[in-house]
Amino acid sequence: MSEAVQHDEFDHAVADPYALPMDSSFDVARGSIFQQDKQWGYFDRLRKESPVHFCDSSEIFGPYWSVTKYKDIMHVDTHHDIFSSEGGITIGDQDEDFTLPMFIAMDPPKHDLQRAVVSPVVAPMNLVKLEDTIRTRAAGLLDALPVGEKIDWVDNISIELTTQMLATLFDFPFEDRRKLTRWSDVATAAPESGIIDSEDQRREELIECLTTFTELFQLRQKNPGENDLITMLAHGEATKDLPERPLELLGNIILLIVGGNDTTRNSITGGVLALNQNPAEYDKLRDNPSLIPSMVPEIIRWQTPLAHMRRRALQDTELNGQKIRQGDKVVMWYVSGNRDEDVIERPYDFIIDRAKPRQHLSFGFGIHRCMGNRLAEMQLRIVWEEILKRFEMVEVVGEPERIFSSFVKGYSTLPVVLHPKK
Amino acid sequence: MRGHNVANVTFIQFSGEETTVDGTIGDSVMKIATDNLVPGIDADCGGECSCATCHVLIPEVWLEKVGIAREQENSMLDLNPDRQDNSRLSCQIELTNDLDGLVVNIPEFQY
Repeated sequence: MSEAVQHDEFDHAVADPYALPMDSSFDVARGSIFQQDKQWGYFDRLRKESPVHFCDSSEIFGPYWSVTKYKDIMHVDTHHDIFSSEGGITIGDQDEDFTLPMFIAMDPPKHDLQRAVVSPVVAPMNLVKLEDTIRTRAAGLLDALPVGEKIDWVDNISIELTTQMLATLFDFPFEDRRKLTRWSDVATAAPESGIIDSEDQRREELIECLTTFTELFQLRQKNPGENDLITMLAHGEATKDLPERPLELLGNIILLIVGGNDTTRNSITGGVLALNQNPAEYDKLRDNPSLIPSMVPEIIRWQTPLAHMRRRALQDTELNGQKIRQGDKVVMWYVSGNRDEDVIERPYDFIIDRAKPRQHLSFGFGIHRCMGNRLAEMQLRIVWEEILKRFEMVEVVGEPERIFSSFVKGYSTLPVVLHPKK
Repeated sequence: MRGHNVANVTFIQFSGEETTVDGTIGDSVMKIATDNLVPGIDADCGGECSCATCHVLIPEVWLEKVGIAREQENSMLDLNPDRQDNSRLSCQIELTNDLDGLVVNIPEFQY
């Protein structure tokens, strides 16, 4: 605990990146940098001066490489034979006594088998069936909101909507749906974030999650549901015996919860913020709601709800002139690649009618590319279609509070006032 | 007579709508589609064989000439639960003189 407090105090002062020496002490992987939205200068410098950069001064995460250019990130992401996901995909290592195996953190062939079982549920064919339910729930939620008074967009809309969606996908007891949000937060919380007090607490809450889902799993084994993820897992050849490997079951459940929760939640919030910061784009959207499908991937690029993914080198290799050793941690900073002017024109601008809006790194590339990318886009499209039908403007009336994390890039609050359509 | 560096490709949408365009020999079928604004080919990764959003289905008569997917393409196609026996990623099909008149089907959805 005292160690955590020390980090916290130490971390709160975020240095001007241009005042720091560009050497192995240059460390961008601090939750405080992201919490204060000060990562941009750090990454601008890295892309320019040291695009593949070694840092050995992180007390929290140990030595790691930062990969910050779009093309280098693409190289790492598509060479899974050199850059392994086995053992973890975030810069921090998991608790050694409580490692959760999940297919995002596996290499082929195991990865391919397990992913294949669950991926049909979020395949476009299946999404068509979900669209009406999602729209009805989004509409109901928006209709119930108070207009003309200050509310928190994150809790009232972003969290509620994504949680409802998850409950739908799992066919999880609807009245207990906020448990899903809690488990997602607990699973990804940085030690200093304040969400959990200790690793023991994390373990305890996640075991409750395991117990709940084991019961649900066994129930669906006997009484299959129509189209939900748990039924698919309970009857899939590669996954039906998962309760015999409880940590693996928990790992896969957490992966699906986290994958569908933080990411969409923070993109829903990010879109409101981006449009408020770019009023001309908001006008463009109001005049022409048919731009929503191209705005959605732009929101996902602009927000980059997961700032990075991590790999580990399986062999000595070279990347953009740097010699990476076998066993080294390699962090692909998607958030930086999505601002790389060599690939993306005017990368800092939010432009809802870009020529190639889906050319961004937020979903990753290669065999670990986000399985739910079409579901995410569909959710955001529906939310914005329903917002535009009802509100002239979702006005941001204060500063957002951001999350203390260099992995989940998002918001804990965003005060807004809703203005009804005239 | 057609020039030696051009061949035509026909894209058939899921709805049945057909578009025939001239493509440059050496270009990928994905690039020919996107250059000509043929809908249904997203090509998010820009031709790096790493997103599988340029998925096409090859009619049986063309299968032999088009050839089969190599290792990386196979692993990307495997991510798609709707993969068929005649699935290919169009970024990995290079237009040759032999493929003049090629027909490809675009699936209902990209994954």
